[in-house]
Amino acid sequence: MDLATGAARTLERGPDRGRTDLTGKPRSLWSDAGHDLIRNPVFVLSALVILFLVFIAVWPQSIAPGNPLACDLNKAQQGSQAGHPFGYDAQGCDVYTRTVHGARASITVGVCATAGAALLGSVLGGLAGFFGGWWDGLLSRIADVFFGIPLILGGLVFLSVVTSGAIWPVVGFIVLLGWPQISRIARGSVVTAKEHDYVQAARALGAGGTRILLRHILPNAIAPVIVVATIALGTYIALEATLSFLGVGLKPPTVSWGIDISSASTHIRNAPHTLLWPAGALSLTVLAFIMLGDAVRDALDPKLR
Amino acid sequence: MTITEERTAGRTAPLLEVADLRVEFRTRDGVAKAVNGVGYTVDAGETLAVLGESGSGKSVTAQAVMGILDSPPGYVTGGRILFQGRDLLTMSAEQRRRVRGAKMAMIFQDALSSLNPVLSVGAQLGEMFQVHRGMSRKQARTKAVELMERVRIPAAKERVGDYPHQFSGGMRQRIMIAMALALEPELIIADEPTTALDVTVQAQVMDLLAELRREYDMGLILITHDLGVVADVADKIAVMYAGRIVETAPVHELYKRPAHPYTRGLLDSIPRVDLKGQELYAIRGLPPNLTAIPSGCAFHPRCPRARDVCRTDDPPLHPVTEDDGTRIPGRASACHFWRDELHAR
Amino acid sequence: MPAEAEPILEVRDLAKLYPLTRGVVLKKQIGAVRAVDTVSFDLARGETLGIVGESGCGKSTVAKLLVHLERPTAGTIRFKGEDITRLSGRALKAVRRNIQMVFQDPYTSLNPRMTVGDIIGEPFEIHPEVAPKGDRRRRVQELLDVVGLNPEYVNRYPHQFSGGQRQRIGIARGLALRPEIIVADEPVSALDVSVQAQVVNLLERLQAEFDLAYIFIAHDLSVVRHISDRVAVMYLGRFAEIGTGTQIYEHPTHPYTQALLSAVPVPDPAARDRRDRILLTGDVPSPADPPSGCRFRTRCWKAQAKCAQEVPLLAVPPWFHGTDTPAAHPSACHFAAERTTETATEDGPPRHADRDPEAELGLS
Repeated sequence: MDLATGAARTLERGPDRGRTDLTGKPRSLWSDAGHDLIRNPVFVLSALVILFLVFIAVWPQSIAPGNPLACDLNKAQQGSQAGHPFGYDAQGCDVYTRTVHGARASITVGVCATAGAALLGSVLGGLAGFFGGWWDGLLSRIADVFFGIPLILGGLVFLSVVTSGAIWPVVGFIVLLGWPQISRIARGSVVTAKEHDYVQAARALGAGGTRILLRHILPNAIAPVIVVATIALGTYIALEATLSFLGVGLKPPTVSWGIDISSASTHIRNAPHTLLWPAGALSLTVLAFIMLGDAVRDALDPKLR
Repeated sequence: MTITEERTAGRTAPLLEVADLRVEFRTRDGVAKAVNGVGYTVDAGETLAVLGESGSGKSVTAQAVMGILDSPPGYVTGGRILFQGRDLLTMSAEQRRRVRGAKMAMIFQDALSSLNPVLSVGAQLGEMFQVHRGMSRKQARTKAVELMERVRIPAAKERVGDYPHQFSGGMRQRIMIAMALALEPELIIADEPTTALDVTVQAQVMDLLAELRREYDMGLILITHDLGVVADVADKIAVMYAGRIVETAPVHELYKRPAHPYTRGLLDSIPRVDLKGQELYAIRGLPPNLTAIPSGCAFHPRCPRARDVCRTDDPPLHPVTEDDGTRIPGRASACHFWRDELHAR
Repeated sequence: MPAEAEPILEVRDLAKLYPLTRGVVLKKQIGAVRAVDTVSFDLARGETLGIVGESGCGKSTVAKLLVHLERPTAGTIRFKGEDITRLSGRALKAVRRNIQMVFQDPYTSLNPRMTVGDIIGEPFEIHPEVAPKGDRRRRVQELLDVVGLNPEYVNRYPHQFSGGQRQRIGIARGLALRPEIIVADEPVSALDVSVQAQVVNLLERLQAEFDLAYIFIAHDLSVVRHISDRVAVMYLGRFAEIGTGTQIYEHPTHPYTQALLSAVPVPDPAARDRRDRILLTGDVPSPADPPSGCRFRTRCWKAQAKCAQEVPLLAVPPWFHGTDTPAAHPSACHFAAERTTETATEDGPPRHADRDPEAELGLS
């Protein structure tokens, strides 16, 4: 046996368990977490990247005034040049303009899919955890069924039926397959929160179900959902790109990194820059969200508190 | 049973000597000074009880002795830990690892989380012999059964393949003890070994521990907050407060006439039959925040005896003497007014 | 103990079974855990009844049943003569005002996301008739003051307080609705030794001030004796023995009580060599499969054939009828007797009881 494991547990309860802090201001756990986040360089960096991405997703014209669809075959695969720092792709479109404009599709899909999946997942999972019983059993099995569908295969089948290539079917598909993950987390954290003595205390006072759910369980169960949703946002963006790459996600004329990566992949030998920029933008975005999620988790983890 | 005798210096080195040990935790809320110059000795066959509340530094000291302090955030910043005359703090990690387990072992409060849930207890007990003694799996298993019988687990042969969760709390604590005993260490540190157990089971486990200590002539450090358990098994006591030892005494002396107001407060706050219906004596205030330990004597904000000198001067651990100046063996108190306290009442 | 007053709480044959089920969707009952089994007692106004027992004996379940956090499987609970066992909805809510609970763990019993003011004020939000809205903040500050905390702390969060202070917050919440009964489930066992005494004193002070009746549940026998008028000893879901402090602590007649008391470490090293402990062998049997007859018989050195067949009732044993000894109190043992009649005094050690070597081996 490793003696250190036991020691680590003792330490968690720590030498400062029971310390008092009555000199300071009232500090809620949320404000504590916020305070930690601002001091965490990983959070600051990833938040700045995300802010920038959101900015260019909303106002791409501000830094890339060109038209991403205006292409000139004569300039196909040309390298970096004045006014066109990323060069041109195989169709002769400006890679810089397309990369900047591609952010909109990715961010929209990511944010909308996450919002949908988080809302659906946390409501269903939360109710399952709160009420338990057959409702919990039924919901968990349904979630398992969706959980069992492989993302890519499911995407190929589901999205090949929808041929529009617009954003909303992709969002819908991701929500459909993404909510079980969130609902599991939500269910688990509601079950944990439900067991706490303060919930019992509220019940002993005569509090009704709504009060218990909204006042006592939700605020204490939401943190893990936020963390998972943030990280999921990054993976959903990557999933959109993957589906678009496979030709079942977004389709031209929509501008998307996935589409650009797909079309550039055939020219990787003679024009690697056409792949580099959209792929780099995609990686940076996914990484930023995952790091953000990590930082948020560290700040919200009650065990460290 | 050896009641602490003043060692004539250099004659026989104690089994363990901790001197001026300092440990701090560097957390984001500041530096918590968990252990501030702690010293104690344990001889073979002797039971030292370290008594203190949470945050007194009693467990952290033990972790530093075992070398299992989580670092970061914990750091040993000074002092010596001499085990059989050799300073553990200057040893290499590898040398230290060899001492740990073989020469000194630790028993934790929470047996369930200290045992690996996916390995049978036999495998976990046997592992010690396979790793440290190079035994074969089969030999190790025989040894495991032997150990389980030693700590009086009924039907040891049949239960050797069972998993930790299949045992009751008391039985699990016995397995922890068996594991600590496996390599016949010379020192056992038991950190609140019975706190999680029921009274009737606690009695069984403490009896077992005391008996094994006698049988193997081991040194035992018992870390606890329970004055009852201490009175039952300890030879000598070190009382800790805010990372310091505030009083040391042989067990009978301490209960009869404490020489520190904190010790007296603890003893007085135990409910007594003859005082039923009256208010319990309560030490006022709260244990200090280790990131901001009070100046002077750390206990002064809670002390009924505090005077100006207590706020400014940190009292050293004075030897305690009788009125005529004869030293009382093994006694010391870190109170400016230990003499008044000793003769109070 | 207060004189023969009308009991404020009457509990009769209270039982709680938790079904054991197997299967995920189609649950099948395969048995039941008998957590509490035919427990009966009265509680007078202003009285403290201590309930002691080891973990798993059902004492916490009794607490939950009394405050309606669990529904009893059988039995009745009467509050001031009114049957409140199966109330629900509005009627239950009204009754809850009178019976409040203080929890064991001050670290988990306060919602970490609410301020202290919100936590103590929540009872008023749930029962708005108790305090008009404009008055609530003042009431909360008053309560903080009553439990010995600075009223200016209303905007602080629980994690800014130490364990003892949090327990005071929990007590203030329990007091808010001015209940007549407080059920305290191990209220001091999670606290530091030096702080325990403070909280015990607070509870006693509040009892005198508000004429509260307590059900005080704990495993620390000396604290229970200090605070209680009467003490009940619980084993495997049943009361083994009930009586005044003196009756239970100095003249116990149930073997389990005797073993329990003998095992408590006494904070007096001079007594250690004189102590005469009854070391119980074996473990507490599973409440899912309790022994027939007397629940304690598998670990009892007095056990005989009768113990396996007949359930001993909690009553004053017939051989004590008409006697005036302190041993004449309800004890659920067929062979209820003091350990040794002449020596069970306060400081003299009782002599060895005869032990059955078979029982020592643990016939479980």
